[in-house]
Amino acid sequence: MTEFTLPPKQKKTPWQKMRPYVIGIILLAIYIWTFTSIEIRWSRVFSQHTIESLTRVIPQLFSPDWSAFGKVMGLMWETLLMAYTGTLMAAILAIPFGFFAARNMVKNKFLNTASKWALNAIRAFPELVLALMFVAAVGPRPFAGVIAIAIGSIGMLGKLYSEVIESIDMNVVEALEANGANKIQVLFYGIIPQIIPEFLSYAIYRFEIDVRASTILGIIGAGGIGTLITIATTNRNWSEVGLILLVIIVVVTLIDIISAQIRKRLV
Amino acid sequence: MMSKTNQPTLQGISSNKTKLRISAIFIIIVGFYLFTSIKTESSLLDLWSGKNGFINIAKSLFPPHWSYASTVMPQLIETLHMAIIATTVAALISIPISLLSAANLFPNPFIHLPVRFIMNVLRTIPDILLALIFVGIFGVGVFPGIMALIIFSLGLLAKLLYETIESIDMNPIEAIRASGGNTMQVIAYAVIPQVLPQFVSFGLYVFEVNVRASLVLGFVGAGGIGLLLNQQVSWANYPNVMTIIIIIFISVVIIDYISNKIRERLI
Repeated sequence: MTEFTLPPKQKKTPWQKMRPYVIGIILLAIYIWTFTSIEIRWSRVFSQHTIESLTRVIPQLFSPDWSAFGKVMGLMWETLLMAYTGTLMAAILAIPFGFFAARNMVKNKFLNTASKWALNAIRAFPELVLALMFVAAVGPRPFAGVIAIAIGSIGMLGKLYSEVIESIDMNVVEALEANGANKIQVLFYGIIPQIIPEFLSYAIYRFEIDVRASTILGIIGAGGIGTLITIATTNRNWSEVGLILLVIIVVVTLIDIISAQIRKRLV
Repeated sequence: MMSKTNQPTLQGISSNKTKLRISAIFIIIVGFYLFTSIKTESSLLDLWSGKNGFINIAKSLFPPHWSYASTVMPQLIETLHMAIIATTVAALISIPISLLSAANLFPNPFIHLPVRFIMNVLRTIPDILLALIFVGIFGVGVFPGIMALIIFSLGLLAKLLYETIESIDMNPIEAIRASGGNTMQVIAYAVIPQVLPQFVSFGLYVFEVNVRASLVLGFVGAGGIGLLLNQQVSWANYPNVMTIIIIIFISVVIIDYISNKIRERLI
């Protein structure tokens, strides 16, 4: 028998040897900290009350109250309108942000970083937090929700736009410039044709997200179907909640399918 | 007598038909926007007329009330704990589910299609609506919040994961099958080593999503910092609100930064 000699193993630095243990210890510490300090009242969770509500709530959720269908669809329509208005506002307002954040368009490090930071700052907040502030500012009406959606979407769209702009073919732009095109001509013939499909695709994708987001804005009074959710849950009218759930699931799924089809054709 | 000059007709880069179609789509988009902005009372004019509300709120937010931070910190930590527990549980449950919904491991459509369908439905339900239902069942506290986060992130994680599993290299799987390995051995020696980095990366991403989601669960009584935020806004105690907002902002930015750094190194 011949002995196989394996190639020498790569020398590991002490840090590389230690790393799995260090990561393990950190994870363990995080979990111990979490599970010792979280306060779950198990006696409340597994109480007679819970069993009673389970047997009451779950069957009702699965037997939707169809008499409320007209009301629910009306508010769902409002939700869609809110999402559309907010997304379109954001899709337009995000364009300047996208251009300022793109390094190949605005050759100014300070402006690039500033707009990137502004976009990151917006993305740090959930829509619902923004909506809470806008409800306080303009009162409980769909307008607050629309503004929250518009501002929230600028964060993501602006970032995606800037990435699209940074990835365009600059040769076209240079060719136009070499032929004596002015800035406006470069914009219309060199840049916009390259970015429009992606911009539209991202805006439609964001519309999907915004439909989901706007279904819940009503919980804090910012309009849409969420208003009805709060009323139904406080009245413990679970069969109406069941109908709302069903409507949200169907409408969101439909919009996802349609939007995916449109986006497939665009890009 | 003028002869026909052979002047080529100048054409734009797109044909008249395309131009017509683009204009039609443009008009529809703008027209629908006008309709929705009137319906939801949120045109740019409304933005202008509502500006005093924004200015007043913005003024009253400053200066933040720093001593309130000591009340906010325990709630923030509770929020993070909710996200940690929910992500961990969802990650564990998502492993078998994503394996079942991967068409390359379970080619039988009666297995992977129903599982995928359930996960798709779960993803369309807004997390805060789930939280409302669970609050109705289990009563106010962190438990319903964690449950809502688990279900919501399960749908997301299972989808990301099964798409990764479907894109893996099938050769090792066939090699193990050919040498007599059963499905469990295929999963352990061919699937898991290939998807583990992505799995950890998706887990971290879902943790980021969960942190943002858990910030607002308190609005419906499902634990975390949202309770304080909702309370302080309804009491119009804006310096305290600003403190909460700043704390949320800093923690989200830090968590995103760390998670991004880890994910960059993983893949």
